[in-house]
Amino acid sequence: MTLIAHDISVSFGTRRVLKNAGFDAAQPGQLTALIGPNAAGKSTLFRTIAGLVKSDTGTIVLDDTDLSALTTQQRLRRICFMPQFFTANAALSVFDVVLMAQKQLAGWRVTDADMTAVATALDSANIGHLADAYIGELSGGQAQIVSVCQALIRKSDVYLFDEPTSALDLRHQLDVMSRIKTAMKQRNAIGIVALHDLNLAARYADHLLLIGSGRVLAQGSPKSVLSDPLIAQTYQVAIQTGTGPREELNVHAYAD
Amino acid sequence: MSVTSTPHNDAVQSIVSNYRSRNQRRLLLLVGAVAALSITVMIDVMTGPASLTLQDVLSVIFNPSRASAQQKVIVWDLRLPIALMAICVGAMLGVAGAEMQTILNNPLADPFTLGLSSAASFGAALAIVLQWSLIPGAGVFFVTGNAFVMAMLTSLALYGFTRLRGVTPEAMILVGIAMLFTFNALLALLQYGASELQLAQIIFWQLGSLARASWDKVLICVIILAIVVPYFMSRSWSLTALRMGEEKAASLGVNVSFLRLSVLAGVSLLAAVAVSFVGAVAFVGLVGPHIARIIVGEDQRGFLPCSALAGALIMSGTSIASKAITPGVIYPIGMITSLIGIPFFVSLILSQRKRHWQ
Repeated sequence: MTLIAHDISVSFGTRRVLKNAGFDAAQPGQLTALIGPNAAGKSTLFRTIAGLVKSDTGTIVLDDTDLSALTTQQRLRRICFMPQFFTANAALSVFDVVLMAQKQLAGWRVTDADMTAVATALDSANIGHLADAYIGELSGGQAQIVSVCQALIRKSDVYLFDEPTSALDLRHQLDVMSRIKTAMKQRNAIGIVALHDLNLAARYADHLLLIGSGRVLAQGSPKSVLSDPLIAQTYQVAIQTGTGPREELNVHAYAD
Repeated sequence: MSVTSTPHNDAVQSIVSNYRSRNQRRLLLLVGAVAALSITVMIDVMTGPASLTLQDVLSVIFNPSRASAQQKVIVWDLRLPIALMAICVGAMLGVAGAEMQTILNNPLADPFTLGLSSAASFGAALAIVLQWSLIPGAGVFFVTGNAFVMAMLTSLALYGFTRLRGVTPEAMILVGIAMLFTFNALLALLQYGASELQLAQIIFWQLGSLARASWDKVLICVIILAIVVPYFMSRSWSLTALRMGEEKAASLGVNVSFLRLSVLAGVSLLAAVAVSFVGAVAFVGLVGPHIARIIVGEDQRGFLPCSALAGALIMSGTSIASKAITPGVIYPIGMITSLIGIPFFVSLILSQRKRHWQ
């Protein structure tokens, strides 16, 4: 099973957001990091893959199925998309928020298995103590962890996470990224994560996908993409890579 | 499920059992509200110019052979339709307000905000002042008929507008407010040219009254509730998801535009019928859902029934109060809902732990 996008163009009115963007086959069990500056088209690419935005040209193929042949509902069962923002002022308990994803929004009967699945998910994300809290009462970081939990409880072939770590402290960034990576391996699913932190991308991703001004500019292993001169050009910073104390790839950016 | 008791397993079990007991509390609360409602209905039937005892009422309903003919008339023809009408209309307004607030993502949404109540008042005024009937052959129901037609036309206009311009909550609220002012101006125009008697009639209509209740109207309300509420219940997860924002709901597979339009249609029907039967009763559609939100939160599985019950309880209590304040006088219900409800509502707002609309 692979996910391939070819020649995707999307415009909002006259503004072209994606211009013939495409990427090579994303492999099951692997994590791809989608990197690029603000307004590069990362969220739009995700929403196009999820089928929430119609593309003007191009095809997205998942395991020999052209996704445009599926209804939005069918498509969203195979592709789980976690949007960057969600309104967290509602009087909904954390348990119910994760339960609705477990139930796929259908059916009133909540079985013992459903409840155990939700409780296990909350417990393994270390937010079991928040199960009864309203999401409106959570901190930004806690809300983001709930959102990741809500995405991971769904059983899909493809998982798209739009900046899952933007509100998290260091410890929780590492926790969330390693839970996502482990889940992709265990489920043999395709994972794509949009990230602003290049060090996090280098540490956890098997592949990097660099996007700038609506185009896919580079793709490949973290090492090759991060050492590509294009990345400095895209982000408009000077970039140097090095090796950290535990043999991990380090990225340093300088404004001049 | 393994039975070995690891720390994690214990944690999972305690989360599940907490959730179970929270659900049970919610269910108990709903059962309690239904019980309270049957008590208020009984009190409603007992109060009035000719006081009946609980025994009288029960024997008329369950053992008719032992009741006097006079008591039968009072209970069956006069008071029971009013008492049942109160809970039906209260439930309709409660549900309509709850779902309007949900689809418009706005805590101030209710049949008033979208202009439905003013449209209904205008329709009634058309009938009272100009004797125009918008439904040919409506007969004695032509005031009610006009009110209904105007309210539905307003919803249709709103529906058409949103089809044209895209269904954003902001656009719907703004168009609703535009409707509200338009119909208020038109109503003022009619009032300006009306005779004193007609003016009194219009104002009496607007203040709201349950005295227009009849078994036919109760039946119509029950049928509409039986159609619309199950539809809303079947969409309860989607409506709950909508509270987390459009994109989140869409990513979970909710067709947001279609959901908004279909729920708007159901809400319009509920509100138009309720308002045309009892007049422009403010407040119930706004406050019923807020009480429900404070008590059970916004998960639709609790929020929807609780909003209906809260609305029904408010209206039933209002019906009792309208007769009990001054013996022999029946005050307009619109006044009572505001005067009694608002202090209660304010105290609830002050006591709640967190504001959910920021």
